[in-house]
Amino acid sequence: MMRAHKFENFLRSLGKPLVQFVIRFGELMQFVLQALYHCFTPPYYGKNFLRQLLDMGFYSLPVVGLTTIFAGMVIALQSYSGFARFGAEKAIASVVLISVTRELAPVLSALMVAGRIGAAMAAEIGTMRVTEQIDALVTLSTNPFKYLVAPRIWSGVIVLPLLVLIGDVIGIFGGYVVGVYKLGFNPANYINSTLEDMEALNIISGLVKAAVFGFIIAVMGCYNGYRSRGGAQGVGEATTNAVVSASILILIFNYIITEIFFSK
Amino acid sequence: METNTKISIRNLYKSFGKKHVLNGVDLDIEKGQSLVVIGGSGTGKSVLIKCIQGLLTPDAGSIKIDGEETVGTKGKNLKDMHAKMGMLFQGGALFDSLTVWENVAFSLLENQKIDRASAKVEAVRVLRQVGLAPDVADLAPSELSGGMQKRVGLARAVITKPEIIFFDEPTTGLDPIMADVINDLIVESAKGLGATTLTITHDMASARKIADKVAMLYEGKIIWQGTVKEMDKTDNPYVCQFINGCARGPIKMDV
Repeated sequence: MMRAHKFENFLRSLGKPLVQFVIRFGELMQFVLQALYHCFTPPYYGKNFLRQLLDMGFYSLPVVGLTTIFAGMVIALQSYSGFARFGAEKAIASVVLISVTRELAPVLSALMVAGRIGAAMAAEIGTMRVTEQIDALVTLSTNPFKYLVAPRIWSGVIVLPLLVLIGDVIGIFGGYVVGVYKLGFNPANYINSTLEDMEALNIISGLVKAAVFGFIIAVMGCYNGYRSRGGAQGVGEATTNAVVSASILILIFNYIITEIFFSK
Repeated sequence: METNTKISIRNLYKSFGKKHVLNGVDLDIEKGQSLVVIGGSGTGKSVLIKCIQGLLTPDAGSIKIDGEETVGTKGKNLKDMHAKMGMLFQGGALFDSLTVWENVAFSLLENQKIDRASAKVEAVRVLRQVGLAPDVADLAPSELSGGMQKRVGLARAVITKPEIIFFDEPTTGLDPIMADVINDLIVESAKGLGATTLTITHDMASARKIADKVAMLYEGKIIWQGTVKEMDKTDNPYVCQFINGCARGPIKMDV
């Protein structure tokens, strides 16, 4: 009898988090579907979209630039110390190109933007929730999904690929700087090797990743902000959750998309 | 059916988890009437107002506005319903990303698609009605005092000339003089529009000033209703305790 009771408790301790996880996942999926629906149905709030575009895109440029240039530089340095020194020039140009465009620029930019913008979205929408501004929107006949969520998602999906494209260029330039000025490669040869290896698939897969990451950042920022409860503490929690969940999802989806593009 | 009832609530239930907040509320509000719902903190006053506005979905019961069932209204119909309503939120709930006048003119700009210049003229006019100078119009809401934010919130609630206006604790957080000024403005603007109003408050001075009729919410039910005069004469122990603010009585506070 006692043993059966213990077993039941054990099952319960397993089941409760599982049930909670399933509920949370269901809520998130419902949020995503609702958000998608409102992304494609008018009215559209162009001004809000432009504001997000500016915040997310333009003001993220320094962060993305700094991240990618050092990523490109370090890759050049690491691969030089790791590769055989003979014929390193060609190999390094190619390694920098592939690692920056396929992985580093999209993933690092997305993680930086998740920290910068995902957090800001969750904090702003969360504050609007706890100060009843979201209720106020509804009573003013305005759908919060259309007014707040849709512009952020559109902006995320459009801005991230643009940022990554710029990050690609800056990252490759970082590799070039280290290659030419530190490792003493011939500039013309380095550029030639880079151009030779330039393949559409490298760039495109990076941009597809960026669009997906932008969607993830916006959705996690909005979702966590939207469901935040209980004043300042709730908003703080929402902000943390937005960044952590977006970062983890970015890494997971990075793997999945790579698998789709490159595994044969 | 009688035509004079604007809002009719029957058997309204709403729970959050195991907590039963509304336990069968019955309430009628007549056209042009000002009803004040009083009750302690956490008795479900805000939940009641949110159910009527469709911000929360009740578990059971019916809410009729102009004889039409509104529980479960969605999409376009919900929008149309909200077009008839205005709401003054407890904390003002002004949008901090917009200026004062853009807040006031929000409905004009977003729903009625009025051009910005004429919307601003209208916003400034309504701001003046609630006693704010035109130069406030271009400030951000965060630059205003609590009383001024309430006024802006009021201006935003009345600019569309709604048929129904909700006031959620309009005087909470204000000094007594400012509270009285806001009460006057509420009475003035509601009478000016001929609007039906529903106010929730625990400020008795405010209730006396605004109310045509008072209803008391206790443990999720309306336990008493009547005019202000009747309220002062009633021997209902709950009402007496509440309006006189006694710690002793049938109402037990969870402390």
